[in-house]
Amino acid sequence: MLEVKNLSMRFGGLLAVDQVTLDVKEREIVSIIGPNGAGKTTVFNCISGFYRPTGGKILFRGQEIQGKPDYKISRLGMVRTFQHVRLFNSMTVVENLLVAQHRHLNTNLLAGLVRTPDYRAREKKSLERARYWLERVGLIDLANREAGNLAYGQQRRLEIARCMVTEPTLLMLDEPAAGLNPAETRDLDQLIVSLKEDYNVSVLLIEHDMSLVMGISDRINVINQGRPLASGTPEEIRQNDDVIKAYLGEA
Amino acid sequence: MAAHKIKHALFCALITLIISYPILGLNLEAQGINVTLSGADAGTLMLVFLAAVLVFLFQLFRDHIMGKVRALPFLQPSQREAMAENKRARIESWVITGIVVLALFWPFFVSRGAVDLATLVLIYIMLGLGLNVVVGLAGLLDLGYVAFYAVGAYTFALLSQYVGISFWMSLPIGACLAALFGLVLGFPVLRLRGDYLAIVTLGFGEIIRILLNNWTSLTGGPNGIGGIPEPTLFGMEFGRRVKGEGNTSFHETFGIAYSSEHKVIFLYLIALLLAVFTALVIRRLMRMPVGRAWEALREDEIAARSLGLSRTAVKLSAFTIGAFFAGFAGTVFASKQGFISPESFVFLESAIVLAIVVLGGMGSQIGVILAATAVTILPELAREFSEYRMLVFGAAMVLMMIWRPQGLMPMRRMHIELKGQE
Ligand SMILES: Nc1ncnc2c1ncn2[C@@H]1O[C@H](COP(=O)(O)OP(=O)(O)O)[C@@H](O)[C@H]1O
Ligand SMILES: [Mg+2]
Repeated sequence: MLEVKNLSMRFGGLLAVDQVTLDVKEREIVSIIGPNGAGKTTVFNCISGFYRPTGGKILFRGQEIQGKPDYKISRLGMVRTFQHVRLFNSMTVVENLLVAQHRHLNTNLLAGLVRTPDYRAREKKSLERARYWLERVGLIDLANREAGNLAYGQQRRLEIARCMVTEPTLLMLDEPAAGLNPAETRDLDQLIVSLKEDYNVSVLLIEHDMSLVMGISDRINVINQGRPLASGTPEEIRQNDDVIKAYLGEA
Repeated sequence: MAAHKIKHALFCALITLIISYPILGLNLEAQGINVTLSGADAGTLMLVFLAAVLVFLFQLFRDHIMGKVRALPFLQPSQREAMAENKRARIESWVITGIVVLALFWPFFVSRGAVDLATLVLIYIMLGLGLNVVVGLAGLLDLGYVAFYAVGAYTFALLSQYVGISFWMSLPIGACLAALFGLVLGFPVLRLRGDYLAIVTLGFGEIIRILLNNWTSLTGGPNGIGGIPEPTLFGMEFGRRVKGEGNTSFHETFGIAYSSEHKVIFLYLIALLLAVFTALVIRRLMRMPVGRAWEALREDEIAARSLGLSRTAVKLSAFTIGAFFAGFAGTVFASKQGFISPESFVFLESAIVLAIVVLGGMGSQIGVILAATAVTILPELAREFSEYRMLVFGAAMVLMMIWRPQGLMPMRRMHIELKGQE
């Protein structure tokens, strides 16, 4: 579904990503791990169109997308979260979810001003979708709170819900467990697995929490200093000498 | 700590002296063709000195004083739980309907001057509501908003002069032309934000004004354009004599005595109608996908883009729609004045409208309406103070930023009922 081939990203003299290759198939959870500064987020930024990669190809469902504008890429059904939560803080929780459904709404100005049946029907549907996902992530009682006032763990969940209402086929999560307590991490673990099993979403995951990564990933890619170090199933990665060395060397 | 405070306070006092002594303490006097410099009298100097001492003392005990002031009960944000959402919404809509009905009948009982002033208030309300879209909702600091106002006004003035078009025809044309200008300005500033955007829009406003000033053959330059017709009511004019071909006169049709007040009241009612229209349309827009997209872009552009919002479309729509309503206001203004010149569209106007939006509370419609009323009426009430208008403005802004940075009436988010809906 997603294929990244020899992706490179250079910032001036710094080669932040060097010939990274990875792929995600339908209904698969693929993780990217690596020490801080390894270039994981940069890979995300290239895939999601925030950066124009300086080399390599990115194919989504066979279509080349490198260098396309970010909003077009997200409309293809590939959405992401951010390492540092990015919500629309002074908007309410529901509004956050409605903004995300722009693509599903009738955005014709006249249709909205006179509230045509089609406009109303779509609006109702997106409210229903918002309600569904708020219940799913346990935020329904906070629906009319300002997003910025939520607790950190709730904000993380809202960010995922906001991605899900766009009905993506590929979800990219950048360190979703960062800052969560163990109980919240367990919930997140279940949520991600359920996204795959129940909603047929593929997940590309950046994460430092090894037990989470090892537990839910179908495959793992290890990146070190921008270069791919290893890739394979969790079992293979656990036993890979290079990975052990890199991680031990880090520590 | 204390030494640091004294130093700071001394510094502030010194600045006060440096600024106020030359301005107040020295006088330029013209004697024949020579200008001589003379010191002010002792009283003024004493006052300047006193002011410096006051600044010194205030800065010295600032934390203490501000702490006391901040604790004043009436400055506390109300802690009580908001009343039930639907009840509040119902009361609010009743109050607003009441105000509009009152506004409808009010002009028949007051003086002509008051009605005239009220029309001006309504024009500023339209401008404020329109700029609120750009600045308050979309978060794009636009300092050249007056340009679109000018486009609306000049469109009507020119069309009536050269083509003989009526107010009602010109209203949509002026608004659409202003919107077009908004779109045109939008393109080059798409990538700009904050200060850079402010400077470019400021420049744009000035370009329009200077263009109007210098394109003498078309616009009459600084002399402006006069003889702009008043609106008609189904072909009935409000003047003593009928000017337009095929028109009749209002007072003759209804068999009442001519009164110059009819015209003023009629114009007021049109302005009221348009202001209500503006408020309703923008209110609806705010709750539509486009309105939420504006806010999303203001809140976090990167997140908005990652969710599939096109920055171009969202920003351009904000500029265009904001400009559209400025065009409305401009047409009404031209008709009210009967004469316009570039003088009416200086930067100060942009600043006033921006002040209305900021004072009222970014994004809040009621706040903008209140602030527009206050900003327009207060200087009229206290005419002696009109010289100090800008000073009072500045002071009000600074105080607001300290105590109510969110404005008089901060925007309230719409409550969306999700539960129990199937
Ligand atoms: N926009 C940028 N400009 C310059 N350098 C960048 C930029 N983004 C990331 N980098 C650099 O790229 C490297 C990889 O960063 P990042 O992808 O954030 O790492 P990770 O997410 O794996 O911790 C870092 O050295 C970082 O400083
Ligand atoms: Mg990162």
